[in-house]
Amino acid sequence: MAEMKRAYVRPLDLKQGRVDLTHGSGGRSMVQLISELFAKHLGNEYLGQGNDGAVLPAPTIHGCPGRIVMSTDCHVVSPLFFPGGDIGCLSVHGTVNDVAVMGATPLYLAAGFILEEGFPLSDLARIVESMARAAREAGVPVVTGDTKVVERGKGDGVFITTTGVGVLPDGLELGGSRARPGDAVIISGSLGDHGVAIMSKRENLSFDAPIESDTAALNGLIAAMLAIGADLRCLRDPTRGGLAATLNEIAGQSGVGMMLHEKAIPVKPVVAAACEFLGLDPLYVANEGKLIAICASADAERVLAVMRAHPLGREAALIGEVIADDHHFVQLTTAFGGRRIVDWLAGDQLPRIC
Amino acid sequence: MKYIDEFRDGELAKNLAASIGATVETGRNYSFMEFCGGHTHAISRYGLSDLLPPTVRMVHGPGCPVCVLPIGRVDMAIDLALNHGVILCTYGDTLRVPASDGLSLMKAKARGGDIRMVYSTIDALQIARDNPAREVVFFAIGFETTTPPTAVAILQAEAEGLSNFSVLCCHVLTPSAISNILESPEVRQWGTVPLDGFIGPAHVSTVIGSRPYEFFAEEYRKPVVIAGFEPLDVMQAILMLVRQVNEGRAEVENEFSRAVSRDGNLKAQDRVAEVFELRREFEWRGLSVVPYSALKIRRKYAAFDAERRFDLEYRSVPDHKACDCGAILRGVKKPQDCKLFGTVCTPENPIGSCMVSSEGACAAHYSYGRYKDMH
Repeated sequence: MAEMKRAYVRPLDLKQGRVDLTHGSGGRSMVQLISELFAKHLGNEYLGQGNDGAVLPAPTIHGCPGRIVMSTDCHVVSPLFFPGGDIGCLSVHGTVNDVAVMGATPLYLAAGFILEEGFPLSDLARIVESMARAAREAGVPVVTGDTKVVERGKGDGVFITTTGVGVLPDGLELGGSRARPGDAVIISGSLGDHGVAIMSKRENLSFDAPIESDTAALNGLIAAMLAIGADLRCLRDPTRGGLAATLNEIAGQSGVGMMLHEKAIPVKPVVAAACEFLGLDPLYVANEGKLIAICASADAERVLAVMRAHPLGREAALIGEVIADDHHFVQLTTAFGGRRIVDWLAGDQLPRIC
Repeated sequence: MKYIDEFRDGELAKNLAASIGATVETGRNYSFMEFCGGHTHAISRYGLSDLLPPTVRMVHGPGCPVCVLPIGRVDMAIDLALNHGVILCTYGDTLRVPASDGLSLMKAKARGGDIRMVYSTIDALQIARDNPAREVVFFAIGFETTTPPTAVAILQAEAEGLSNFSVLCCHVLTPSAISNILESPEVRQWGTVPLDGFIGPAHVSTVIGSRPYEFFAEEYRKPVVIAGFEPLDVMQAILMLVRQVNEGRAEVENEFSRAVSRDGNLKAQDRVAEVFELRREFEWRGLSVVPYSALKIRRKYAAFDAERRFDLEYRSVPDHKACDCGAILRGVKKPQDCKLFGTVCTPENPIGSCMVSSEGACAAHYSYGRYKDMH
């Protein structure tokens, strides 16, 4: 067959172009915005690591060279309250997880609030109480913060940005560029719960689905996984863009391909059904309390065992393996018996018409 | 999932694949066109072609609603949103169809157009009720599947006296598109597109029934098997087509009998006939101007016709010169034959409409199957 044509990516149109919703949906447009604008101007060796959190050198403590991990996450979820959670606990979990997947112990959080004029204080109180509960449960206090109020119509109720700091044990190296052919790809539980829970409550689309967001802090599960000394290469939480975006990112960073097995990927029947009638693919739907682990295949069973012993990893499953592939494709053997790519998401997932 | 998993069963697929393998005659090639984008999507998403013998080739047809929407029609919708200040409601996929001046509805939205994705015409009506001071236009696209809901919305708006609601009607007709393909020189005279039969539409046929295809089977001697959108439906339909070809039959068979009858949904047909009439001609992307191939709103319901209400005029806009969508929609070319495929034209930056929807031949191949081009 003909050789693969080189994909030409049209650069961002910085003169005429405008931000559209695809720039925030976890697909290739977002990656392009980050690389051509943010990384271009702000780039440095730490930002260039390209992981969920940056690993930074810290001053020597008691004679030992320390490393800290820092990560930040903006939360703009709509609706603010959804089955299984709200923007408050979500903003804690999201950032704690981004620090924890780097292998670090999350220590402190900072929180920035952008509030819209007219927002009910009772709702704000619920959100902050939920945040406090989540921070307590995760064992990571909010130690500093900021509040701004914008005029009515200039914000969507509440936006919360949280920043987390943690310390990284000596000798531990996890990252998206460390996957090697032969490694095992593991997921901690069922996919798509958060995204479907949110969608079930969207204003124009409410449907009754007995489904709750999986939002949860993963630092406990990760600590248990690290404790067994398995050869872990990379941990990541598949939030926006879902499993597909996260695995494509890792495949690109590590210069490898992946082969997944559809039958092995856990999706709750209710999520599968909701995706079916909304025209969505659960592999692209957001999760907020799930973990992808890539580890040496020899250690896969041990890692699975320790995950399954933890409440947040009970349904952990081996879903595929890392393969050598110069094109960095994430592929899937379908339950039907065929094969296909699991590509990046192009823009938002939009329902098909027919 | 009940009623879904049964139609995606890998074991049954293996059995069907074996039957197809055993039924194809050696030395004979089979080319079948799946008319619908829904079938195209199923074939790509489930990796169905991996299960077929190499002598069975599936040709992608034009039955993808957003793929056949010409630039000029999207321009009209964008004009309504940006220059007439309306709330424009549309189905999801339509948002990304490339239009003139590098715009799409998605980009027009970023420029301030009030464009809203809806899941049904009921949502559009509700938006009209909730915004009595605003004009609300529903951008109605699609084949016979989406036409009845549009008709019902117009009837409902009339019954309620909802005077701020109108419809930009771009509904097209499946049989006209099939005739156009069968009459095309590539099929009829030159034989450059071998076509041994059709997989007939699933959802469209629930509305129009199986009767309209009888003409094609008789007149053009092409077997048609109407099939559901699940992968086992498609496999079963392919087996039925292979059998017809082997036996020299050209009949309409109905694999999707759980949903399609010979007469279709008469109630839906009534509503459509009440509200719509044939357009003398309509431009399709890829098939160019096709006579009597689309619907317009009857004069009786003119108040709900956005074209009349806003005095819109259709201007035809040529596709990108190097874009092969036209040939791809007629089955003359494969996506990977197009110079732009996967280079300039990708799902993020679609040049042609076939790269927009995952029902489009190009997007389906790009997103699910392009690894095959590499080995």
